[in-house]
Amino acid sequence: MANDPIHQFQIHEYFPLGNFAGMDFHFTNSALAMVANVAVVTGFLYFATAKKSLIPGRTQSIAELSYEFVASTLKSSAGTEGMRFFPFVFSLFMFILTANLFGMFPYFLTATSQIIITFALAMSVMLVVVGYGFYRHGTHFLGLFVPHGVPGAVIPLVSAIEVISFLSRPISLSVRLFANMLAGHITLKVFAGFVVSLASLGVVGVGGAIVPLLMTVALTALEFLVAFLQAYVFTILTCMYLNDALHPGH
Amino acid sequence: MSDNGSAGDGTSRKNHAGEEAALSERMRSLEQKLEQARAGTEKNAKADGAPSGGMQGMGLALRVASEFASGVLVGAGLGWLLDHFLGTTPWGMIVLLLLGFAAGVLNVLRAVGKVAQPEERVKPRPGVKSGK
Repeated sequence: MANDPIHQFQIHEYFPLGNFAGMDFHFTNSALAMVANVAVVTGFLYFATAKKSLIPGRTQSIAELSYEFVASTLKSSAGTEGMRFFPFVFSLFMFILTANLFGMFPYFLTATSQIIITFALAMSVMLVVVGYGFYRHGTHFLGLFVPHGVPGAVIPLVSAIEVISFLSRPISLSVRLFANMLAGHITLKVFAGFVVSLASLGVVGVGGAIVPLLMTVALTALEFLVAFLQAYVFTILTCMYLNDALHPGH
Repeated sequence: MSDNGSAGDGTSRKNHAGEEAALSERMRSLEQKLEQARAGTEKNAKADGAPSGGMQGMGLALRVASEFASGVLVGAGLGWLLDHFLGTTPWGMIVLLLLGFAAGVLNVLRAVGKVAQPEERVKPRPGVKSGK
């Protein structure tokens, strides 16, 4: 069981929350991880900005840097108008980043390695894009699917392809985050498993176990990079989609 | 410029005016510096739009794969739904799977920057102010 690389993603039920609309709801380790994520982010930002000194301390610096980082990402890809979505984008970024980084602690569940979590995040992005697009532009928002300068005969075909491409966005958005976290953690576990099984072979095995051990150390560093990079990629794509809602090519 | 009336003699008032002029001069230069800094950060933000790192290869591979697969998956899903509700088996699946394949290729080309994003590709007609 210790060597099973999938074991870390198993969901355990802690206690039932009740029965709503014919479905059983349980408080699981995934829910616990997410509650902990939110508590850590909120608590950290609250205490980091509680003092509000002009010359920021270490924690306040981190809080300000994360604000600046998300704000500049949002401004550069969705314009200053996009700043109205800043609370949404910032929450998404901080949640995904902490969920990814929480997964780097041994025995912690990575909430973002569950496809349903990432899919829910991606769907919330798409609902905001579609909802705001229609609210702001009305039916002009549909112009997103009808590019100018296309001969009339092929417009149905092109529009159909554009619609499918649009619908595939939440799937690619969620699958990318989920697959990166899942693949990274499985790779890490497999290489760590090599260390154990080689070391049990005796003196030669212990010598040989150094190679996967080095690999595990390198992969851990890489995973920290991926944890940050995937949060960033999710954020920048969210900004690009929000840009579509703000200016649907018209 | 409003004095509070207590400044009676001319020298103090002149001093006051001089101070204010110096202050506004400083404010103007500060504003200029801020403007420059803002322009700089904007340029920087545009320059490093693409994330770079040692993971580029694998990151790109996962990204392109997910873009393509999602296009095909959505096409297949829509086709299945259409068939399920309209009873057009197997035509909805065939047609929408092909369209989904095309959408997947379009997604990949967009992901690697060979085809412009919908917003950029659409050129605003002359006379119509673009939203940007």
